[in-house]
Amino acid sequence: MLKKRLIPSLLVRDGRIVQSVQFRHTNVIGNVITAVDFFNGWAVDEILILDVSREHTGREEFLDIVDELSERCFVPLCVGGWITSPGDIETLLEHGADKITVNTHAFRNPGFITEAAKVFGSQCIVVSIDVKRAADGAAMVWIDRGRESTGVAAVDWAKRAVDAGAGEILLTSIDHDGMRKGYDLPLMKSVAEAVSVPVIAFGGVGHWSHMVAGVTEGGADAVSAGNIFHFTEHSTKKAKEYLRDAGVDVRDTFFYRVSIPRRPRYKQY
Amino acid sequence: MFVVIDYDMGNLKSMSNALKALGIAHEVSGDPGVVSRATAIILPGVGAFGDGMRALERRGLVNALREQVIDRGTPYLGVCLGMQFLATRSFEHGEHAGFDWIAGDVERLAPGDPGLKVPHMGWNELTIVDAASPFVRDVTAGTAVYFLHGYHFSPAPESSPCVVATTEHGMPVVAAVQRGHVFGVQFHPEKSQGAGLAILKNFADYAHAHAEKAPDPVSARS
Repeated sequence: MLKKRLIPSLLVRDGRIVQSVQFRHTNVIGNVITAVDFFNGWAVDEILILDVSREHTGREEFLDIVDELSERCFVPLCVGGWITSPGDIETLLEHGADKITVNTHAFRNPGFITEAAKVFGSQCIVVSIDVKRAADGAAMVWIDRGRESTGVAAVDWAKRAVDAGAGEILLTSIDHDGMRKGYDLPLMKSVAEAVSVPVIAFGGVGHWSHMVAGVTEGGADAVSAGNIFHFTEHSTKKAKEYLRDAGVDVRDTFFYRVSIPRRPRYKQY
Repeated sequence: MFVVIDYDMGNLKSMSNALKALGIAHEVSGDPGVVSRATAIILPGVGAFGDGMRALERRGLVNALREQVIDRGTPYLGVCLGMQFLATRSFEHGEHAGFDWIAGDVERLAPGDPGLKVPHMGWNELTIVDAASPFVRDVTAGTAVYFLHGYHFSPAPESSPCVVATTEHGMPVVAAVQRGHVFGVQFHPEKSQGAGLAILKNFADYAHAHAEKAPDPVSARS
């Protein structure tokens, strides 16, 4: 049986890791590679890294980060942000990405999902969907980093994205992001039940139990979080242990000493 | 020198990074001349079987690989698509001939349970079938590795002794094979963290020991 996956998310703005609360970037955490070391390298099943820079600057720095990360992580690496062409995807794959995640451009041009899936395979194309609840509680898609309302229901877009060729859905609740009250479980459940591909839950984890609920109540195949990992020592290991003790089928880690330096060379960011 | 075959099908950087972390000197190349000097060959690959075979043929690699691996006995490790190439034929989008080094067919996964998805993507546990294989030394049953595939290798009856490990996705799925110096893994050792690195290391140790035993293929010919 496939294991449920634990996926820490790194939000990178202008070359530095940031925290996010309802899509506003708050604390700057610092060097990305250091953060990966803090993840202990070992307990995670995949890593998600998103370029959330407001301007399309610092891309070279971002690609350097992807390079360094791919040399150290040995788990699938999913990279997103600022993807608008197959060339952008190719560049990321060359820098060590295994999958890419695309949001706004895919929403505006669903044909892009089909085209990208054809060239790189569906398994490579993760469609990211950001969702905000309307006044009446309806779960609606927002694009452009939560700045533009689309008036389209989350479930409808998720289904269309999968029909177009998405291999996975990264589902983020903007309302819950950074609020530490858990995922938007009804949202997760409605999308997970509507699509045939894996759904990654993101946004709102403030306690490991929220991840358990993401799987058991939200029906997610993978659980992701960002902020919570930044201030907890051995955080991913603790998250894994909590999930396992709660009966979620997660991967045990297998230690194998590798000869890469504990600290990479530091760059001036 | 270990050679990682570059034929524009897959993420070679990941494999190269994993070998680097293990301290294994290697070259990434799609040149048949380089293949003919290899002491071990690693063929990664993501994508469709037919496209992959065509890409190898275009570069003259199918012949070069056969000469180096079958005629000269150089250790080979096929990863994902690189393992499926070992089969007699594949039914992925039509029917395609493979290397036929381990008799069998490559067929679409059919897990039966509609709740189980295809492609089979994610971390799944290994069942060790042949614990005596050097491939799985120090790898315990239940170790999880990363899979990503929609088709799988179904061995012919005479090939069943070649199966080293399997996994379960609504059906038994061959995860690792070995026939003499020819190895294959359906999962991605380069993306399977410690467990994957250990398995890669096992192959490298085998290849190094093999190189010491066997005469250098180039000097043997001259």
